[in-house]
Amino acid sequence: MNPPHRPRPRLDSVNTPFWTGGAEGKLNLCKCADCGEFTHPPLPLCRHCQSENVAPHAVAGTGEIDTYTINHQPWAPGLEVPFVIARVRLDGAPGVYLTTNIVNCPVEDVDFDDKVQVVFEEQDGIFYPLFEKVG
Amino acid sequence: MARNEAYITGVGQSEVGVRLPRHPLLLTIDAVNEALADAGLTLDQIDGVCTYPGKVPSFLGFSPVGSDEVIEALGIRSKWHNGAMEQPAQLSAVGNAAQAVKEGLCRHVICFRTVYEAGAMANPREYPMSRPDTVSGPSQWTSPFWAISAACWTAQYAMRHMHKYGMTREQLAQIALNASRNAMKNPRARAITREELTLDKYMSSRMISTPFCLYDCDRFTDASTVVIVSAGDALDEVKVEPVRIAAMSGSVDRYSWDQVEWPAAYETGHDLWTRTDYTAKDVDTVQFYDGFAFLPITWLEGLGFCEKGEGGRFIEGGTRIASDGELPLNTFGGQLGAGRLHGFGFAHEAVTQLRGKGGERQIPGDPKVAVATSGGGPMAAALLLARD
Repeated sequence: MNPPHRPRPRLDSVNTPFWTGGAEGKLNLCKCADCGEFTHPPLPLCRHCQSENVAPHAVAGTGEIDTYTINHQPWAPGLEVPFVIARVRLDGAPGVYLTTNIVNCPVEDVDFDDKVQVVFEEQDGIFYPLFEKVG
Repeated sequence: MARNEAYITGVGQSEVGVRLPRHPLLLTIDAVNEALADAGLTLDQIDGVCTYPGKVPSFLGFSPVGSDEVIEALGIRSKWHNGAMEQPAQLSAVGNAAQAVKEGLCRHVICFRTVYEAGAMANPREYPMSRPDTVSGPSQWTSPFWAISAACWTAQYAMRHMHKYGMTREQLAQIALNASRNAMKNPRARAITREELTLDKYMSSRMISTPFCLYDCDRFTDASTVVIVSAGDALDEVKVEPVRIAAMSGSVDRYSWDQVEWPAAYETGHDLWTRTDYTAKDVDTVQFYDGFAFLPITWLEGLGFCEKGEGGRFIEGGTRIASDGELPLNTFGGQLGAGRLHGFGFAHEAVTQLRGKGGERQIPGDPKVAVATSGGGPMAAALLLARD
């Protein structure tokens, strides 16, 4: 059985930079040009100062594992388990966390505070930001 | 009985099962009728209806019945009704009703929560699951990574607790073991718990999402649970000892499961005690939302029954939270033992215990104060219930 397709985000004007930035190797977050804070999930305004002067900003794509779980339940037919679902805190974007998968290593090698970097997985024009361990 | 207060005057519940053939509207009416009989009220005295989250057409099993349907089916002459998901959590529906009767908008409100998730899965023709091609809203930030279930979201809070405070699986297991033990004494839990869970069975069961094994997750259930909320100046119409809604709280900081460090139980728990003269020491029993086993631990800590981080050690061995312990928890079996009643089971049981109607599972002494909670992740709601 072929692995199932990942659930596909419905693109809109606000989330498109996040879900398609990987085409240029960019992890885009919504950043305020006035106060410098990030708004994630993205909005058409800054959730810190309500400025509408927000735009996509590419962050380094590195971070650390904030928390995680090893998922054993196949939520879709053909989904290979186990795999790691993690929350990554991103370098250079204080207060922003991404739910993601940690890939390219055995699940038992994943731990809190591990340093990770983004690796994009493309599927029909969506660039899913997954993460792998650094070093 | 104070006029400007709200009371729970009746509780009721339908048959609780898995893949029940009975129509969910009929299950709802079964629960309504039991609650009316319990309160000594008749339908013509009901003038309000409230539910959570209201009918959800895209996933009928999750919420197959709306408050307007109950008004229509029972011929209620309603002066106030409500059903909405955009509020802190399931038991916020009871809180809304309490506010409505305090405002004088109505006198006796049927609050209900009907679930038909097992029955709907078994009958996709009548209850089609809408499977959208795309995900949007909050789920777009989790589902694309197969974090589709709240089990995976909640598991990450539990993993953090283990990492930071040293909670062990053996400690966590006490939530499910306690639930199973209590469910064995609850006749309405027979379809969900048939034999008592052992630690060995727990530790060897299959993993869902670490640290949660199968027994740490509630299961789809078909049932309806009703709580009748009455105005303080309408108590002469009821025939039982009412239970006062002594305080309520609810909070949402971020409407997001992955942008908050801990579940909202901490803030909601703290807030509850700012609205009453009661303290945690006065509480005789707690009924804490346990859709996943870690959640009651957040409520124990959030409401100050133990320090933050001490929840695992607080429940170690299970004697403290047992039905004859110092703080009986989920005496009906919780959702883990008695089915995914989705929040309302906790209020139902708190009232049952405060009235001494728990039968075989009745806690000892003369309980006067209980806490019932609902929610998980970034949303939470709590009720303080008192027989005073």
